Amino acid sequence: MATLAVSVVSADREVWSGEASLVVARTVEGEIGIMPGHEPMLAILAAGEVRLTLPGGKKIEASAEDGFLSVQSNQVQIVASRAALA
Amino acid sequence: MGAQLRVYRQKIKSAQTTKKITKAMELIAASRIQKAQARVAASTPYSRAITRAVSAVASHSNIAHFLTAEPDQIDRAAVVIVTSDRGLAGAFNSQVLREAEQLTTLLRSEGKEIAYYLVGRKAVGYFQFRRRVAARQWVGNSENPEFELAKEISDALLADFTRDFTDGGVDEIHIVSNRFVSMMTQTPEVVRLLPLEVVEATEATSTSTEVYPLYEFEPDPASVLDALLPAYIESRIFNALLQSAAAKHAATQKAMKSASDNADNLITDYTRLANNARQAEITQQISEIVGGADALVSAK
Repeated sequence: MATLAVSVVSADREVWSGEASLVVARTVEGEIGIMPGHEPMLAILAAGEVRLTLPGGKKIEASAEDGFLSVQSNQVQIVASRAALA
Repeated sequence: MGAQLRVYRQKIKSAQTTKKITKAMELIAASRIQKAQARVAASTPYSRAITRAVSAVASHSNIAHFLTAEPDQIDRAAVVIVTSDRGLAGAFNSQVLREAEQLTTLLRSEGKEIAYYLVGRKAVGYFQFRRRVAARQWVGNSENPEFELAKEISDALLADFTRDFTDGGVDEIHIVSNRFVSMMTQTPEVVRLLPLEVVEATEATSTSTEVYPLYEFEPDPASVLDALLPAYIESRIFNALLQSAAAKHAATQKAMKSASDNADNLITDYTRLANNARQAEITQQISEIVGGADALVSAK
């Protein structure tokens, strides 16, 4: 199964990067779940949590504030001026 | 001990003390360059992601945004000067200030008023000494800039940019800062921050292999751009601050290295002179003794 190459980036460093099978984030319009094969997208994030599900089923939570989400050919970038792993 | 010899010994001592200080500063700067460079590298993914996103929106949609629109007439330009808080870095600060003065002359010749935004104690001191007025100034923590500072600067700039000329607003923003090229070279650089020239940027990237796909925007392209552009400005300013900090450490290291080398030269020179003086003193003492003995013998 294809996976998403995810990177969580904050202003001063790359917080996390790796493979994930599902990304759930909260945008200004509501929660969105992204799985492999999602169409290219740019969305503004609302302050809150980003939940990543790794291929093994393990879950990671990160908080992102004041940022955006970009999806393009199975690459997901969560970019926020402040981001940290919960 | 002869007076001459004592003077030389004092000078040697003083050069040695100075050398100890400059050597220590050189080592400290050298160790901090690594850290500063690592911070520049660590902030790269963020600025790259933002630049890509901005280019994607700009190339995908034809939205006019006030940050990218070229005004019909530019009455006042903002010049942001990024210097360090401390000196002892060779030409580091003076070259930035010189570049800023050249930019000032150029902008004035185009009939624009200039508002200065100063970062770093050295720029503030330079302006105070010449009794020139700056619109805003930020001092402290130039060696280890935080993202909050970049945010504060960009918020202030954007606030002035959105205001009208008659209310004291500005129509374009330039940033003058040192860029870290290598350990030996730091060059001052002028970048026009606003209005953004996104079109050129996308043309440049579209010639490469990267093709921007059709994006879906949430909530809509205009608000995505609204959120992205300030973030882009912040990241550009943050990058300039980090580059300047890294360049400052490199410049300090270079300046302190040459200071230590100069102290070494001084010590060698004065040691030679001191040896000479000591030898002359001994020779004189011997000839005095011999002369005295001769006088005693002939007196008998």
